[in-house]
Amino acid sequence: MTKAGLIRLALIAVLLGALEVLVRIGRIDALTMQAPHKMLLDLYAMLASGKLNKAIAKTMGNAGFAFVIAVSLGVISGLMIHRMRRVRETLDPLFATYYAIPVFAFYPLLILLLGLGDAPQIFIGVMLGFVAVVVNTLNGLDRVPRVLLKTARVNGMNGLETALKITLPSAAPYILTGAKFAVAYSLIGVIGAEFIMSTGGMGYEISFAYNNFDNATMYPLIIMILVASISINMVISRWEKSLLKRRGLQ
Amino acid sequence: MTQPHIRLSDVEMTFSRPDGVGEDIHALGPIQLDLRHGEFFAVVGPSGCGKSTLLELMIGLTNPTKGTITFEGQPINGSCPDGIGVVFQEDASFAWLTVRDNIAFGLRRMALDRREQDERVEQALAMMGLVEFADVYPSQLSGGMRQRVCIARTLVTQPRLILLDEPFGALDQQTRLLMGDEILSLWRKTGATIFLITHALDEAAMLADRIGVMSSRPGQLIDIVETNWPKDRDSRIVENDAFGAVTARLWRSLRVESMKAIGKKDAQA
Repeated sequence: MTKAGLIRLALIAVLLGALEVLVRIGRIDALTMQAPHKMLLDLYAMLASGKLNKAIAKTMGNAGFAFVIAVSLGVISGLMIHRMRRVRETLDPLFATYYAIPVFAFYPLLILLLGLGDAPQIFIGVMLGFVAVVVNTLNGLDRVPRVLLKTARVNGMNGLETALKITLPSAAPYILTGAKFAVAYSLIGVIGAEFIMSTGGMGYEISFAYNNFDNATMYPLIIMILVASISINMVISRWEKSLLKRRGLQ
Repeated sequence: MTQPHIRLSDVEMTFSRPDGVGEDIHALGPIQLDLRHGEFFAVVGPSGCGKSTLLELMIGLTNPTKGTITFEGQPINGSCPDGIGVVFQEDASFAWLTVRDNIAFGLRRMALDRREQDERVEQALAMMGLVEFADVYPSQLSGGMRQRVCIARTLVTQPRLILLDEPFGALDQQTRLLMGDEILSLWRKTGATIFLITHALDEAAMLADRIGVMSSRPGQLIDIVETNWPKDRDSRIVENDAFGAVTARLWRSLRVESMKAIGKKDAQA
């Protein structure tokens, strides 16, 4: 592990240790915050009982679905927009201000349009993740060296072949950066939507536990979401780093 | 009389200004040129004279505004014909593929059985001195080695005409001389026609059978110099007394054009 990684780990350990001490000596009210060891014990008990498996599966499934749609649509849209200069010029300012839009404000409208099922939550996850993928795909495509495109033409490759064999592999590290954002945004979108108006999922369960002072459920669920999001991000980061290293960029 | 390998007849290229305001830019031509089968032809010219535009026309990346280009008797229209290979000045290696996969890239698109493809790749690796680097990525190689990968990628498709666009432009002088030796050796082994674009007079004088000198924009061929070197030459040709005479003649033809290219309007021969 690098020195920076060790310092990072030490910092997290110090913060968790401080929280543990502060809760144990009563400086932080146990009704507000649990000691970290208690959160872990509750998480174990929750997973062992299986009582929230359905909620976990629903949230992770919807977030995963939103992620896949956001990445697929984002990459395809990025490729298409990159080929259309005028469309790009029109959309670029909109992409730049996109995240100023409070997407959750559209939730009632989405329920009217898509019904009460999982669709509105998935849709919000896609809405949040999609633009991050498009923007990073465009960034990657902008950096594909012109000489590689000339090589594709000399080899008689059509647009699809050029995209699959030249431009997308060349832009892959940037697309992975977009995918990394899409993981976080898909989870935020789905869980946020479950908080607002849903009858199931981790967001709903956290909200329900919060309203009933059920810390033994709320904190383990929060930990699970954190661990899932960070783990997926770390896997993609590693992949991204190995691609950059292979290209001598790191 | 034998048919030329590639023929440029009254080729001209004019570009519209990007903002659409003002006169069009007459970049090139008219150019008449016949390349003989198996010859090594080099083109030298001042910066911005249209050397690279000429190459792009010859590989069908751009269509000429006027005139025609034929390769082995067939007109080139908007796509690169089979039998032509190109090595660009910029690093065109694929960073995400190993050296071996880079070299095999063009072959994978050809109707050849896998064994034949693998054999050709191994031959190209050996020919370019890349055997021990076959499984590394281009980022682990020097600029010269990466350019060798690109040359090998072109060679495996066994082109009958190889176009080189300042392929050694980014290399130091010693490496350029040695790469020149390798190109000459490949030329003899493959029997291909080679068309080299370079800004280095000594490189052109060392490598080519004939050297075309281009004027400043609009680029036209103002002189063609025959070197009369033996086919089995190498970089030691620079020691030959006639080498100085060839480079001197090239410079005599090029000096005024180069001065024009940098804006010296009172340029005189």
